[in-house]
Amino acid sequence: MSDPILKLEGVYTNIAQYHILQGVDLEVPRGAVTMLLGRNGVGKTTTLRTIIGHWRAHEGRILLDGEDITRLPTPAIARAGVGFVPEDMGIFADLTVEENMRLAAVSGPIDPARLDWVFSAFPPLKTFWKSEAGNLSGGQKQMLSIARAMIEERRLYLIDEPTKGLAPAIISTMARALRDLKDQGASILLVEQNFSVARALGDGANVMDDGRMVWSGEMKQLATDAELQERLMGLSMEAH
Amino acid sequence: MSAAPEHAPTMAQLPLMQRLAPWMPVLLIPVLIVLGFLAIPSSTSWLTLTVSGLAMGMMIFIMASGLTLVFGLMDVINFGHGAFVSVGAFVGVSVLLLLGQMTSAPSLALNLAALMVAVFGAMAATGVMGWAFEKVIVEPVYGHHLKQILVTMGGLIVVEQLIIVLWGPEEIYIARPEALKGAVTFAGAAIEKYRLVAVGIGLVVFLAMRWVLRHTKIGLIVRAGVENGEMVQALGYRLRLVFVGVFIAGSALAGLGGVMWGLYQEVITAHMGNQAMILIFIVVIIGGLGSVEGCFIGALLVGLMQNYVAFLEPKAALISNIGLMVAILMWRPMGMIPVVKAK
Repeated sequence: MSDPILKLEGVYTNIAQYHILQGVDLEVPRGAVTMLLGRNGVGKTTTLRTIIGHWRAHEGRILLDGEDITRLPTPAIARAGVGFVPEDMGIFADLTVEENMRLAAVSGPIDPARLDWVFSAFPPLKTFWKSEAGNLSGGQKQMLSIARAMIEERRLYLIDEPTKGLAPAIISTMARALRDLKDQGASILLVEQNFSVARALGDGANVMDDGRMVWSGEMKQLATDAELQERLMGLSMEAH
Repeated sequence: MSAAPEHAPTMAQLPLMQRLAPWMPVLLIPVLIVLGFLAIPSSTSWLTLTVSGLAMGMMIFIMASGLTLVFGLMDVINFGHGAFVSVGAFVGVSVLLLLGQMTSAPSLALNLAALMVAVFGAMAATGVMGWAFEKVIVEPVYGHHLKQILVTMGGLIVVEQLIIVLWGPEEIYIARPEALKGAVTFAGAAIEKYRLVAVGIGLVVFLAMRWVLRHTKIGLIVRAGVENGEMVQALGYRLRLVFVGVFIAGSALAGLGGVMWGLYQEVITAHMGNQAMILIFIVVIIGGLGSVEGCFIGALLVGLMQNYVAFLEPKAALISNIGLMVAILMWRPMGMIPVVKAK
């Protein structure tokens, strides 16, 4: 197996007086979808926000392709090739869909071929290209949020709950788009509460509890072991 | 590549009132002008007051535009913004005094050339001062509103005292360049030439700012940063650098506003910026913190209201703009064109 694209070694993150991450170890293999699972409030979002630099790790190291990015500011981490899709989508509501996408193309003008690919994954974005993003529906906003990350090739994608609160038809669109991205060889760290999506997309799985990684392995293994799911997450995927 | 999704994209047609809502603030300007026309008995007085109000509004906009962007981008409350207005006025007037031969010549070209040199001198001085002010005074108090208020007010006091040390404590009376003195007559109304120039410069500054914000990448970054700075950084942009640039540009614009305000009032004092801050804050608040368009509309409303009320009921002039602010905030508590903040 090749070196992982991302490696977290004993990462601790405190937010005010709260110790959220308490020694997280994580490896994200190159060209695979790695799921980050666990109950609400166990530190999944904090892990992604610590990787992108929104919150600082107080201890431990974060390595991107072997390079230590723990102390880098967020813009430098992003320019090193990390695309981030936050849980709240982070779209710019007062900007048009086009302006959101132009802004996401950090290295220059939008590549037309890449844009066509994004449009094929998310046709509504083409329809509403000149509309203010704030006027889009919830699902369309989520499409825009992921499309912004996709518009340029990144070394690693950090995606936080892309199907949260969406209708089943939109969830299918999201899942197809993420599979497209995966098929292109992208490395993705994906936080996802929808187990059917996790099962369909995930290669590897990591389960968190109380700010620590409590299990790492193959998604297939987790998906087929109801007892393990029950023990790690307090519920069975069969319920989904 | 993926197949097309099953759901068809749609966007609901909004009701008429909701579609009109974004334009309501713009409509307030003609509404106020019409109300002024109905209330003021003489149409020539109304025309003079309207141009005067628009000119005043343009100058307040120039002074206030930087402040609203600085607040919107980095959540920084800069009570020291008035210092740039005062310094701009003093530097600009000093340059004009040095160029006395050009300003006293009966040549519009020479007068405007002198004015341009004074404006660029003032903007350069306040731009450099803005950079130093941001570095020394603002940067250490990011994220702490109370400290920002205290330390930037302290900065304003220090700058005012430095002006007194350099230029003396007395008011300085100034004469406008020769070609900008006097008035032109239009439809029977006397309209000061300088006010027309102020309206022109204000419009140019507004349109230029709007063009930069709407059509350039840096403008996109600024607009997005006002809404959600964290996400702009996650895309790879160094918002801190952008903020410093905006702070410098905003300071330079305040300097430009200071020169124009000084020439408008024909007298400058070390405290003129501080005094202008009341109007500047009203404009920034009613416009919607972080909104350049809101700031522009708010400034025109304040300028018109001040002039109309001062003519109709001079004693009420002082409180008219406070009343305007109260009315607008009761209608739209976040200002006329509120910026959607992500956090």
